[in-house]
Amino acid sequence: MLLLRPFSVLLSVLASLVLAGAALAADLATLVGNLTSGGLSEREAAITALAASGDERAAPILEALGAGQLYIRTSDKLAVIGRVDGNRLALTEAVSGKPTGTAVEADLDRVRVNNRLRGTIEAAVGSLTLMSPNARVRLNAADSLFKRRDATALPALDQALAAEKDPRIKRAMSEARAAIVLATADSPPAQKLAAIAVVRDRADRDSLGILNTVAAASDGEVKTAAAAAAGSIEQTLAAWQMAQNVWYGISLGSVLLLAAIGLAITFGTMGVINMAHGEMVMLGAYTTFVVQEVIRTSAPHLFDVSLAIALPLAFVVSGAIGILIERTIIRFLYGRPLDTLLATWGLSLVLQQAVRSIFGSSNREVGAPSWMSGAFQLGQLNITYGRLWIVVFALIVFASLILLLRKTPMGLYMRAVTQNRPMAAAVGIRTPRVDALTFGLGSGIAGLAGVALSQIDNVSPNLGQGYIIDSFMVVVFGGVGNLFGTLIGALTLGVVNKFLEPYAGAVLGKILVLVFIIMFIQRRPRGLFALKGRSVE
Amino acid sequence: MKLGTLMRTGLVAAGLVASAATSAFAQAGDTIKVGILHSLSGTMAISETTLKDVVLMMIEEQNKKGGLLGKKLEPVVVDPASNWPLFAEKARELLQKDKVAVVFGCWTSVSRKSVLPVFEELNGILFYPVQYEGQESQRNVFYTGAAPNQQAIPAVDYLMSKDGGDVKRWVLAGTDYVYPRTTNKILEAYLLQKGVPKEDIMINYTPFGHSDWQSIVADIKKFGSAGKKTAVVSTINGDANVPFYKELGNQGIKAKDIPVVAFSVGEEELAGIDTKPLVGHLAAWNYFQSVKDPTNAEFIKTWQAFTKNAKRVTNDPMEASVIGFNMWVEAVKKAGTTDPDKVIDALIGIKVPNLTGGISEMLPNHHITKPVLIGEIEGNGQFDVVWKTPGLVPGAAWSPILDDSKNLKADWTKPVNCGNFDTVANKCIGKAAK
Repeated sequence: MLLLRPFSVLLSVLASLVLAGAALAADLATLVGNLTSGGLSEREAAITALAASGDERAAPILEALGAGQLYIRTSDKLAVIGRVDGNRLALTEAVSGKPTGTAVEADLDRVRVNNRLRGTIEAAVGSLTLMSPNARVRLNAADSLFKRRDATALPALDQALAAEKDPRIKRAMSEARAAIVLATADSPPAQKLAAIAVVRDRADRDSLGILNTVAAASDGEVKTAAAAAAGSIEQTLAAWQMAQNVWYGISLGSVLLLAAIGLAITFGTMGVINMAHGEMVMLGAYTTFVVQEVIRTSAPHLFDVSLAIALPLAFVVSGAIGILIERTIIRFLYGRPLDTLLATWGLSLVLQQAVRSIFGSSNREVGAPSWMSGAFQLGQLNITYGRLWIVVFALIVFASLILLLRKTPMGLYMRAVTQNRPMAAAVGIRTPRVDALTFGLGSGIAGLAGVALSQIDNVSPNLGQGYIIDSFMVVVFGGVGNLFGTLIGALTLGVVNKFLEPYAGAVLGKILVLVFIIMFIQRRPRGLFALKGRSVE
Repeated sequence: MKLGTLMRTGLVAAGLVASAATSAFAQAGDTIKVGILHSLSGTMAISETTLKDVVLMMIEEQNKKGGLLGKKLEPVVVDPASNWPLFAEKARELLQKDKVAVVFGCWTSVSRKSVLPVFEELNGILFYPVQYEGQESQRNVFYTGAAPNQQAIPAVDYLMSKDGGDVKRWVLAGTDYVYPRTTNKILEAYLLQKGVPKEDIMINYTPFGHSDWQSIVADIKKFGSAGKKTAVVSTINGDANVPFYKELGNQGIKAKDIPVVAFSVGEEELAGIDTKPLVGHLAAWNYFQSVKDPTNAEFIKTWQAFTKNAKRVTNDPMEASVIGFNMWVEAVKKAGTTDPDKVIDALIGIKVPNLTGGISEMLPNHHITKPVLIGEIEGNGQFDVVWKTPGLVPGAAWSPILDDSKNLKADWTKPVNCGNFDTVANKCIGKAAK
């Protein structure tokens, strides 16, 4: 008996543990039940209650709710989480996390949330995941608490702060704590002053917002400290603002460069006023769309390399159409700029309408591969990957074009023909073939530009129209016939535009740039880098 | 030779007379002509082509039901090519040459303003199906889209409410033309009236087709970090929306931080964007495809069968076209004729079901009653309705918020019979005010 006694104690302890576990699960079930019934205000209360329960299993449920993946199955009223799996949704029971088959959206009833609830959910998930073993999750939790400044999360935050080892996450947590202290009106002034110092060191737009609010809402020592901290942040940010304008300018410049560089060849070196240049860009963009459509339907795992597949195809499609245009229309019009202008203008309308008839008039969706989505933070500078890659791509295209023109026999022929056609013909260069290839090259590069532009602009039949004027502007400004002029011209116009925009607005900014170019061309009719000597005919 | 030429001319002339005679016979005989004046090429083709198809579908459906007044309806489609003066020419062609009984058409306000004098001179009937800036009421035009009080004002009210996020700071961003400028003028006056200080309102205009949104989105982000809840009210039109939303997604502006409520972005526009980063951004309309209602389900089914595309979306201006068409059919039945004067009088008071479960009525000011819905963008390119007005809102031609229009009212019934009646001076201003 004596021996058995500890055993029975153990048993009863175990039993009570099991019971407690069951009670906890039941609690979670009722809380989830509250979540999925009632209106939006009841739902908000249920979210707060789930956050207060501190139950780790609540976090994935709330995350699913925020992402619109929490459903009620119509057949048995069970709360399930549905994740896309092919054409159907793979279901797991919300409370237990057990898989429970698949369903289509029509058999399920989504638990609806709105923006306000998404905010509440973010704060709730933040306070629930502060102790997560995953460092990234903890950091995200601290960040979302900093944004939401939910005072109820303070105890959980203090606890997590004490346990945290990673200095970076620790800092993020103390910043979140400071933000919450500052957002709570009745915190003691000493705590507030310490919090102001913490937030000041973060020195970004969000902390400026917090400090401004504090400065406006309080008085005495706290007010002066907050105002001073806000002032110092503003100074730092002003410097970053300059850097930001330069970066945006370079980014816009790279887009202009891409659009104009093909034209720099057809217009700049061949002297053909090609109004259908923009449509070559558009064809490149549509090629990207077609490639992505094929990949989506037949090989979804290749999606991330869709652009790499689209690049050569776009070059070939636009280039081939370019050669076709040169052979059938433009070669009869050399030396008649006005006729070329009208013919290619008509052609641009034909191409637009053809695309409209084939693909329809509405925009087509071209997705961004994962390595081109999102952004990273460089100091206070927000750089999006998509834009960064476009800058890099524009420079690569530019460099390869220079290499092609300077270092290959083809480039040599092109330069020879454009500089002195009769002489080139006399030494045995087949000038008509070189003309066709040069025009094809210019159009092909426009196709490459189309792949890049499909990432930032509409893929619609009108895509090219928006770029044709800007392209001519860049080529004329940079100096006709000079590729480096095109590079410098594009970047200059980009940066000037972005510095004007914050002061003058987008509409006036654009007008000012045009006026500036007109004045400039009056002074230097041959552009920034005028060709000198023999090559000027 | 001379005789030959003469003979030929004579033959051509005879042919012309014959064809004129047959077409005259066709008009008088078995069909009623319905004009469709939507751009099928140029920048606006993206939006307007759909409306042309909707009217064609409605005509086909009506003909299946036996036509109207015992005659078949016959569509006359013209293409004004997004060219505003061409709109006036094509309208004249429809009314004078084709002698259509009614015209469904226009999208931009500029195109509507361009055809107004033509409809007035030739006494035609125009149904205009797009949300617009108001401040207009013309005897020959019926506005089935939303006036500002049926879209912009309720949207702002929603954002100010607790559910909308209790917004205190406002960015009014728009494309630089008449609709955004007038709407923003009304909204600014409304916000000031509601006690929003001037420094909490930022107004920004961009050119048509603007594609580089980096600085403007960064500016919005900056404006939104002042510690007060901020929202963007967007009247950005057409193609410029796609790069705008892409940039918002890229710069990480989430709807829960700075929501954007758009007045010109519907299901069609979202078809060109990956909407996952945009979930939660808002749009205010009088119709969404996602509205659960039997009439709507029926309409979507007919539309997808008509376009032979099971994924084809529907949107608000399409609903407005449908309402306008049905109202015209009812009015012609009531008047028993297609005579413009009689139909214009018969139209007032006509009630037809809209596609969201209510009954819309044509008011004496030539605007209609409609519900206002606020929808949040979902991951699949559809909208989830998060708020709607309790009843239908009557469209107001003149904004009561702006000083120069607060005394005006439009009433095309007797005895007023005026589009801009000054209630203080108690007289009709007439054309002078335009």
